[in-house]
Amino acid sequence: MKNPEEILELIKFNFPDLEVTIDASLPVESIISIDPLNIHLVAQFLKTNPELMFDSLMSLSGVDDANGEKTKDEEGTEIITGGTLSVYYHLHSTSLKHKITLKASTNREKPGIESVENIWKTADWHEREAYDMFGIIFLNHPDLRRILMPYDWDESYPLRKDYKNPEFYHGMKVPY
Amino acid sequence: MALKTEEMVLNMGPQHPSTHGVLRLELEIEGELIKNVKPHIGYLHRCFEKHAEAMTYPQVIPYTDRMDYLASMYNNFGYVLGVEKLLGIEVPERVQYIRVIMGELQRIASHQVAIGTYGLDLGAFTPFLYLFRDREKILTLFEETCGARLLYNYMWVGGLSHDIHPDFIRKTKEFVKYFRPNIQEVNNLLTFNKIFIERTANVGILPLDAAINFGMTGPNLRASGLAFDIRKEDPYSIYDRFDFDIPVGEGTVGTVGDCWDRYYVRVLEMEQSLRIIEQALDQIPEGDVQSAIPKRIKPPKGSVYTRVENPRGELGYFIISDGSTSPFRVKVRAPSFVSLSVLGELCKGHLVSDVVAILGSIDIVLGEVDR
Amino acid sequence: MGLLDKQFSDSNIVVAKVDDLINWARLSSIWQLGFGLACCAIEMMAASASNYDFDRFGVMPRNTPRQADAIIISGTVTLKMALRIKRLYEQMPDPKYIISMGSCANCGGPYWDHGYHVLKGVDRVIPVDVYVPGCPPRPEALFEGLLKLQEKIRNESLRKKSA
Repeated sequence: MKNPEEILELIKFNFPDLEVTIDASLPVESIISIDPLNIHLVAQFLKTNPELMFDSLMSLSGVDDANGEKTKDEEGTEIITGGTLSVYYHLHSTSLKHKITLKASTNREKPGIESVENIWKTADWHEREAYDMFGIIFLNHPDLRRILMPYDWDESYPLRKDYKNPEFYHGMKVPY
Repeated sequence: MALKTEEMVLNMGPQHPSTHGVLRLELEIEGELIKNVKPHIGYLHRCFEKHAEAMTYPQVIPYTDRMDYLASMYNNFGYVLGVEKLLGIEVPERVQYIRVIMGELQRIASHQVAIGTYGLDLGAFTPFLYLFRDREKILTLFEETCGARLLYNYMWVGGLSHDIHPDFIRKTKEFVKYFRPNIQEVNNLLTFNKIFIERTANVGILPLDAAINFGMTGPNLRASGLAFDIRKEDPYSIYDRFDFDIPVGEGTVGTVGDCWDRYYVRVLEMEQSLRIIEQALDQIPEGDVQSAIPKRIKPPKGSVYTRVENPRGELGYFIISDGSTSPFRVKVRAPSFVSLSVLGELCKGHLVSDVVAILGSIDIVLGEVDR
Repeated sequence: MGLLDKQFSDSNIVVAKVDDLINWARLSSIWQLGFGLACCAIEMMAASASNYDFDRFGVMPRNTPRQADAIIISGTVTLKMALRIKRLYEQMPDPKYIISMGSCANCGGPYWDHGYHVLKGVDRVIPVDVYVPGCPPRPEALFEGLLKLQEKIRNESLRKKSA
């Protein structure tokens, strides 16, 4: 069993060129931030390293950080420009019993994060969900399409903080 | 000369009696053999995560009820544990005990539906009626306590909406005594029925390494042979005080990890839940169940991932707080969502009629798949 | 059910209005489309299981719309599902009846405000005969809804409606 600081040391030791930081100030769990375009390498390492053995991905969550510039359009709806979208990975090892949270942030206008689908199969649907809800593009994902929303939903991503509901869908009124 | 055959795409659902709700499966078949199964979900996407961002912390609880509507108590349980962890509050002993009792009663009720409808899918009608008769007794216990039959909003952050009524302990003890022999009845009716075994043994085998890689949890993972139960592994609330076993699949009538194993693990789990309830009923202390409910729920900045052992597996809540009275983001790691993604893998090479058997054995609730 | 309540002995002729006879036949064997959507579907299942026994009203689940008389819309209708529900409704033969069960099917229920993917009431796509309130309604409430539907059928007439 290892705590997040030890895991961070191991990652830093094996990937000296990568910028890896830890936010240990949070009250409940500390989060390790990793570059979104190198997450696949790190994930592979975390899964196969005999001291870590993270064989199960518990959860993969997309988050809209809403840290960009906030403006209002003429109708009064908020529009966010700039800022980041993040993906949180919660990993767990069934044999060594330790847990870790990873975070990868990408920019909001052109979001791109490496897919970890071929490392943990769980990620397949979770990444599709994050794409569906936030529009995060997972590079190298074999089948990235909408999962919960209809396939013909317009180009908007409902869980973004500045999401605006369309008025009609196939002739059905959407708002109350 | 080989017979010329053609692949065909068959659509199953969203209105289908054995897709357990509104699931659509696209079966690619060659004759009766399944080549591939593509599940299409989202027909019950009720935007839970968007609602959670718009509500205050206590207001989210009724929405958690409506995700996995067969295990509402447990959905409350996971969510309030998460918020309590963020707030850093301790809840009274009595609350802990009542939560465990309610959670385990809910587990039994949920497995009863799972087993009953599984029998129904495979053509056995009687077990369904027997199990629903017993399930009503649990629902009556819930109703007497909190006034609702299905969606309870019972567990609150820091406490409970109502204390248990004075007769609750006696009535629950009576139920435990009444229900224990009925598990044997299920075994006689269904589990060791020749036809049932023929339909389920050696069908849809899920090897352990694939199960872990796909993120399967709960009874589905245990049926593949790993004794992994969050109640033991990562004990939350007061589960470390009770003595119970973790049933695992042993391949009694077929191979480890087949449909029959997944089904039988659930039957055995009901017995273990009865054991936990008995112990909890004997130890329950006196106290005020609402004394620790905070006046203002405003957690500090930060995030928490809590997981509990839902009847269907690992239910995880990832809550991010930005220091205001409503959550910044709530992500639900739904066990059924993850279990359903393995369906395509399990069905390959089986017959069309086995799809129903396999789908029933992984026990999904569409409300939780789609959220 | 009104028509056969008076027990007849000697005579082998029963005189009744065609309307009454047909309505009686229709209302006492409403076959519902076996079709669950969400939480309310569990209460609907409980209603047809042992303790409540829906069968005593002549309600039986049929699994194809082409043999069904009524749909019980038991749960939240999402936009993705609404088009399918419309199609199911169109596949049913006349006369057909709809019971909207639970707040979600009535008006969107708890999802009325922020539910970007929830249809706010199934009556936006198909006509509804009886609304059953509740979240979820108890099986008894569903029975009440069914009795209301039977009452509605009892008062129907074969005659063309005058505007």
